[in-house]
Amino acid sequence: MNPLGLYEPGTGPLHRLPAGPKLAGVMVVVTLAVVTGEPVALAGLLAAVALGYAVARVPGRRVWRLLRTALPLVALVFAVQALLLGLPAAATAALRLAVAIGVATLFTLTTRVDAVVGAVERGLGPLRRFGVRPDRVGLLVGLTVAAVGTLAGIAAEVRAAAKARGAERSVVAFAAPFLVRTLRHADRLGEALTARGWGDEPDRPGPSS
Amino acid sequence: MIEFEGVGHRYGDREVLADVTLALPEKRVAFVGANGSGKSTLARTVNGLVLPTSGRVLVDGLDTARRGAEVRRRVGFVFTDPDSQIVMPTAGEDVAFSLRRAGLGRAERARRAAEVLAEHGLAGYADHPAHQLSGGQKQLLALCGMLALDPDVLVCDEPTTLLDLRNKRRFVDLLSGLRQQVVLVTHDLDLLDGFERVVVVDGGRVVADDEPAPALRHYRALAG
Repeated sequence: MNPLGLYEPGTGPLHRLPAGPKLAGVMVVVTLAVVTGEPVALAGLLAAVALGYAVARVPGRRVWRLLRTALPLVALVFAVQALLLGLPAAATAALRLAVAIGVATLFTLTTRVDAVVGAVERGLGPLRRFGVRPDRVGLLVGLTVAAVGTLAGIAAEVRAAAKARGAERSVVAFAAPFLVRTLRHADRLGEALTARGWGDEPDRPGPSS
Repeated sequence: MIEFEGVGHRYGDREVLADVTLALPEKRVAFVGANGSGKSTLARTVNGLVLPTSGRVLVDGLDTARRGAEVRRRVGFVFTDPDSQIVMPTAGEDVAFSLRRAGLGRAERARRAAEVLAEHGLAGYADHPAHQLSGGQKQLLALCGMLALDPDVLVCDEPTTLLDLRNKRRFVDLLSGLRQQVVLVTHDLDLLDGFERVVVVDGGRVVADDEPAPALRHYRALAG
């Protein structure tokens, strides 16, 4: 199971907020985190993100899963930076990372992929005249989000199969079947999309949402 | 009406279909054959996923090679492995994804999707993560993704291979109630009650084409 992605159904204010403004909000928070070098300000930003989790009433088990995955990463970044650049720089980098992961995850927890795809399509609508196909970009975004879960699933199965053969330490026993299955998945996904009419529709009116 | 006119197909040097000529007006048609017999390739020519290297395939008189988009609007396709055709994270979104093409608004799509799910035994699963459904439910979801588009023909490529006996039965019962013309590729021979015509494919050729009982006798004889 992918711990970062995946929508968590809910009815809080963050769930009801349209995807477009919410996505813009995520970008503002991440931009602020990047331009601010001040650990205290970053800590405040992180607190604001944490408040968002409370407002959205994200269930404890999802928060726990996020912490379990993100904390070791943040700790590792902190440790490496502390050794190389000293404590203040390490605190800044680690807090930045925590804010970015936190706010992005909050977005995926409270927003359906369908809504994200719709927001991307609407946002890119004006670029249609420059040859951009907003429906294609939206589909790409949706499939990218979905791919995270799919690839994690394939990786878990391949790892289990390698273990069953007593080859859990072999890189080849993981990489070869993982690559083959990923490519085969890509083939089948392509077929499935074609069967559902994607890639045809020269006569299709623009998607409305 | 699905028509194959002298259809042949090669992957490189390997001939997988040769000289298939059939007209299929029946509501319930099955393609039966061993692994590698060419039956899946034949099924894939119906919606233009595979274009024949010789001959042509017509659906309601439309050539799949030249009018593929129109053909695919009439022909839905259900694959063996639902995991590769479910593209969105939740069941409702996946069905809504099909409806995107119909140009419906988001709320209308979600409503239609929930309706289609409910009609086919997945009521209340709209917000459920698609990949946590059971195998049988996933295949139902894949079917819903197609039925939402209301095609006239439904091609199913071994849709029950990964299902247990109960889910197999359920899936086939559901198929039998559909208004669509159904082309079922399978080697589950006991699922073919109610089928009007069985086409047996072997080595890329049609070797029997009959009512289920005589066709299946032929198939069993082939298997030796």
